[in-house]
Amino acid sequence: MKQISIKMRDFVWPAVAAMLLVSFAENAHANSDIERGFEIAARSDRTDLGFGDSEVELTMVLRNAAGQESSRSLKITTLEKPDESVGDKSLVVFDTPRDIEGTALLSHAKILDPDDQWLYLPALKRVKRISSANKSGPFVGSEFAFEDFTAIELNKFDYAYVREEQCGEFICDVVERTPRYENSGYTKQVSWVDQTDFQLRKVEFYDRRGDLLKVLELTDYRNYDGVWRAHKLSMSNVQTNKQTDLIYGDYTFNTGLAANDFVKGRLSRLR
Amino acid sequence: MKRFVFVSLLAALSSLSPARGGEVDISANLEAQVRAFWQTPAWVGQDDSALQPSIISTTEIRWYNDAGNQRAAFIPHLRWDATDTERNLVDLKEAYWAFEGDDYEVLIGANTVFWGVTESVHLVDIVNQTDLAGDIDGEDKLGQPMVSLVLQRDWGEITAFVLPYFRERTFAGADGGFRPPVPVDTDNALYESSSKERHVDFALRYSHYIGDIDVGLSAFSGTSREPRLVPAADGTSLLPLYDQIDQFGVDLQYTKDAWLWKLEAIARDGATESFAAAVGGVEYTMYQVAESSADVGLLLEYQYDGRSELEPLTIADNDVFVATRLAFNDVQDTAVLAGVSYDTDTGETFFNIEAERRFGDDWFGELRVRAFSGAEPGDNTYFLAKDDYVQISLARYF
Repeated sequence: MKQISIKMRDFVWPAVAAMLLVSFAENAHANSDIERGFEIAARSDRTDLGFGDSEVELTMVLRNAAGQESSRSLKITTLEKPDESVGDKSLVVFDTPRDIEGTALLSHAKILDPDDQWLYLPALKRVKRISSANKSGPFVGSEFAFEDFTAIELNKFDYAYVREEQCGEFICDVVERTPRYENSGYTKQVSWVDQTDFQLRKVEFYDRRGDLLKVLELTDYRNYDGVWRAHKLSMSNVQTNKQTDLIYGDYTFNTGLAANDFVKGRLSRLR
Repeated sequence: MKRFVFVSLLAALSSLSPARGGEVDISANLEAQVRAFWQTPAWVGQDDSALQPSIISTTEIRWYNDAGNQRAAFIPHLRWDATDTERNLVDLKEAYWAFEGDDYEVLIGANTVFWGVTESVHLVDIVNQTDLAGDIDGEDKLGQPMVSLVLQRDWGEITAFVLPYFRERTFAGADGGFRPPVPVDTDNALYESSSKERHVDFALRYSHYIGDIDVGLSAFSGTSREPRLVPAADGTSLLPLYDQIDQFGVDLQYTKDAWLWKLEAIARDGATESFAAAVGGVEYTMYQVAESSADVGLLLEYQYDGRSELEPLTIADNDVFVATRLAFNDVQDTAVLAGVSYDTDTGETFFNIEAERRFGDDWFGELRVRAFSGAEPGDNTYFLAKDDYVQISLARYF
């Protein structure tokens, strides 16, 4: 017994030491992947730092599995909060379908806390504070969830670098991002960020079961004095074969918007 | 008054040089509505046809200047009813001009404003008169002539209203449903104030939010939007009597996760007494139930009203409201709200189902089913006992 145990000890300790060394190395490797992932995301996020405020009109085209289309037109105004620990403020106003014309959604994005959101219902001229717990719900019947549509803030995710690969005409860094906020419908997202302009080109969304749910492709990037904006976002649901395209018009920057344009009282004074 | 508002609007518009251009946005909708009744009307003189068709149109003309600091709206709202001429309506929901500064706004003309947070009754909401002939749920409103000043500060928003002209409540006529045994004679309204409808009313509103809590405080002094109904000398009709009142209101909402906690309360120095009323409750939403896109909301509210029978009639005096809201979150925005209000004193019950969806891009359909039960002679809703109905409407948007 004793002899055996001595032999065991002789064998165990070097093995433990070797395992520890390997795991340190893996940790260091994992840490460097986390840092590298965050750096790529941060570099991409910071390419539009200081855009101030923006205004854009867009068309949302919803397409079901049978190919039937319907569309909505809306306007989005955004007020940048340059501090990365505070979220941007945004206002979405619908123009069509006509029966919801004037319906507006005001969001004060937070990083990890739930966003503050108010909905304006023009038929009643009513401003209603709504729960922002509905992160994963569809936004106006589209394939975009609320969490896809409200401002994507850098610190809302944990990042990990995966690999580098060709994506269309670019070389992309592939970065996995995991939502840090509550009520997300995703276990993870895999994003492709190009190494030339540092812009997001594609995102895969994995559902709560870990299965691929949706693929977002961002194309038609245009440069506004150094600020890049994609003008076509196509979200395809690979489980239902439904698709939603967002087709953006030209952006206007620095239109002189201020915090007072993003207060809840203003919702009833928009029109 | 309407002419005054229109003329002042035109004056405001024409004072702007055409060279400044701006943008005009015109849209409209036309709605065909049919109500179907299956009971014999309770009161002498009510039309006994099973169907009550009507046509409703709203046109919205909006103007914005290029600088984005001025806007105007002109929104006529028309209704024609085949059965009840008292349901015919010509209203200006909005007819105003507004100027906006960095932290203030001045608005002159007719407008509609909404105050409050609850779903089953709207106690705090007092600026606009209710178009009760339009819908018995009290959510249809008439445009209110006003001058309003909004001040936006870091600590909240203050709005002051001067309301120089009073709009009378609409009531169903002798032929229509939803009326007392004798009809309301809206042509001979009575007022406490000798200025009658020209009495100048005032209102003040503070609105803000602190974290998860939205708060509103309000004060009103002037002509009550709710009339008392007093018998005419000949006994063949009821006359609306509009008293002078003072009212203070508070509305609160606490938004936490999928829960909305709501409270509205008023204190009113009314026609004959001072009293308080309140409604409070909760709205809880289950998102994406059973892995679908649909949300199911559950609503529970309790209504209290301390007024005596000498004050304008209310049916929300000691009632429990339970409802569910089903939102399919589909392309057509299909939604259903089904609820019950139950009077815990008398057992009177009001059932309400509202379902709606879009058809194509430009059509919108709505179905409403409303039924009353449990009322005994002498109860406040007894006069509605034979007014159960189904309403179907289809609107085309342009």
